[in-house]
Parts: sequence; C-alpha cells; structure tokens
Amino acid sequence: MSDGQTKQFGKGQRLVPAQKAQKWYPVDDESQPKKVRKALRPAKVRETLQPGTILILLAGRFRGKRVVLLKHLDQGVLLVTGPFKINGVPLRRVNARYVIATSKRVDLAGVDAKTLEKVSTPDYFTKEKKAEKKTEEAFFKQGEKPEKKKVASARAADQKAVDQSILGSIKKEEFLSSYLATTFSLRSGDKPHEMKW
Amino acid sequence: MCGHIRNSQANLDNPTLSTTTLRHIPSRSTKFAMADIDVKLASWKLVEVGRLVLIRRGPFAGKLAAIVEIVDHRRVLVDGPSGEEQKIVPRHVLPLAHATLTHFVIPKLPRAAGTGPVKKLWAKNEIDGKWAKSGFAQKTDRVERRKNLTDFERFKVLRLRKQARYEVQKSYAKVKAAAAKS
Repeated sequence: MSDGQTKQFGKGQRLVPAQKAQKWYPVDDESQPKKVRKALRPAKVRETLQPGTILILLAGRFRGKRVVLLKHLDQGVLLVTGPFKINGVPLRRVNARYVIATSKRVDLAGVDAKTLEKVSTPDYFTKEKKAEKKTEEAFFKQGEKPEKKKVASARAADQKAVDQSILGSIKKEEFLSSYLATTFSLRSGDKPHEMKW
Repeated sequence: MCGHIRNSQANLDNPTLSTTTLRHIPSRSTKFAMADIDVKLASWKLVEVGRLVLIRRGPFAGKLAAIVEIVDHRRVLVDGPSGEEQKIVPRHVLPLAHATLTHFVIPKLPRAAGTGPVKKLWAKNEIDGKWAKSGFAQKTDRVERRKNLTDFERFKVLRLRKQARYEVQKSYAKVKAAAAKS
C-alpha cells in the first residue's frame, strides 16, 4: 500500500494511492474449493476373472459373444480373444464391468508369450493416423467405390499366433467349440441373478 | 384340507380295497342295453397315523415326514427320521395346510410312536428308496439339478436334448412311412 504519491494539500500532506480502492465488494465470500481426498488406486480384479476363463460380453459390438480371457491390462481392462476363427471376435480390450465370468476355463499354457506381451502394450490398439486426408476431389468422385478398410497383416498374424494353441485345447473338449460359437441370450423365464455361471 | 381324517383304531376296513360291482338292472325300456360297469371306490389319501406327508412350507419345506399323531382337524404331529442327514425332519406339530399327503404309508405304525421306532419302521419299509423312485421326487430332483448347472453345462443339455429329439423324430418318421405303405 506504500506505493502512491504524497501530495500537498494546503498545509497538510496526504498519500494518494496509485490504485484506487474498489467501489463495490462481492456480497458473498469467495468459496474455497474442497480438497480432493480420493486417491487413484489400482483396479481390483474379480476373483472369477482368471486368465483362460470363458466370458460373456454384455456390451459393445460383440455383446452376447462368448470369448476367452487372455490377460488383465491395467485399470480393470481385459484382453480378450474369440478365438477369431470360431466366433469372429478379434483380440480386443474389454471393460471388466461389462462381462460375465463363467466357471468354464480353457488351457492357456501354450499361448505365444511374446506376441501376448506385444499385444498388451498400451499403444498396440491405438489407431494409426491417416497419411492423406480426404480431398475435395475424392468427395466429388462419385460412382467410384470407396476403399475398403484393410486389416493390417501384422494384426492378423498376431491373432493367429495367439489363437493357435487355444484352438488346439478347445478342440479337445466336445461341444466347447460350438459353445463359443453361439451367442448368449436370455430366454423367457430366465433369471440371470439366480443363474449359476 | 387334503383328504379325510380317519381314526386308525375305529376304522378297521380299508376303503381302498373294497370294490363294488354294480350290475345293470333291466329297466322298463329295453331300448338301451348297458354293459356291466365296475365302479371302484376312489383310493383316498387319508390323514392317518403312518401316512407320509410332503412338507411344502416352513423350514422343512420339500422334506418327507410321517404322521405320528393327529392333534386336531388341522394339525398333526410329524416325525421324519430319514436315513440321509440333510433330509431329517425333527418331530414337531405341522399344520395340515402346510403339507401334501403322499401315497405312501408306514403300515401298522403305533400311535404316538417315538422317533426310534419310527426310524426303524421307516428303514424297514424303505421309505427313502420308494420316495426317490416316485415321479414327484424325480421331477423335483431334476429341477434342482438343472437349476445348479453352469452356463456350459446348460449349453450341453440344450445340445443333447436336440440330438435325442432328432433320433426320436427320425424313428417316428420311419414308422409313419411304413404304416402309410401297408
């Protein structure tokens, strides 16, 4: 408050502040934001979600499909495969909340650990940026068929490498392959909260 | 109420065995000649000492017990000393509204017999085995088993039932075709 000018007024002196005091004050006190007392804890995984368990997906594009759980990624995300050849579900990340774990397990002993490691890195599933943007010209080129989306051959190879041994162990048990191939749905009279999985 | 109450001492004749034959008495009009008709007395399931009862309500629902003594027109004293541990029903008074009478009776069970003698007669008459063979017990057993199936087992049941149905229909079609030819 010391900055200002001292001015002479007649006989006396007075300090004139450089900044004038505010004319209006807010009626209410400014509220203090509450301190957040939550901590980010690592997601707890359900005991039933052991690798190799057959899951029923409940949401998303593949809802109703029965798939094999491969691995836990961080923050409650599950790595899952169809296997692709049986029910068309590729290697995929899935929210553990939207999944029913059945009591059936598949042997994962022979799964290629290296590819699994590669697949479970966080940036494996990120979308590649398109090199060229859609030009105006391309938009007006009507009649020509749009380019079909191609599956990266590296992805397909990884899929095969992971699924190979799983398919072998699935084949050994009768009905298991067709079980994975069929989608789950509730029939009339089914009570999912009373059913055993 | 389910059935009639019979006092075991007073009633000596067994109504289930008596058969009456009604012969047609020629009436005035001889237009309608009727055949002989056997009219059998219905085999009532009676509330009687020794009658086995299926408990439908309360903590012992689904279990089998024998009537040991009739308390009044709506309650009976019941005892179920089954051979299997989880099917035992302790001696207690049971409202008849909570019970269903079964076809099974322990014959000559003394009135107000203790748990020991009841258990002996129960084993001697092979009540557990007879009950397990009954249609009702088998059906409830199956329902219980099906309820506890896992998802994969449920799928297997679905498939196997389909296979069985296919076989039945195949042989039925064969029989049908053979019948049509002849």
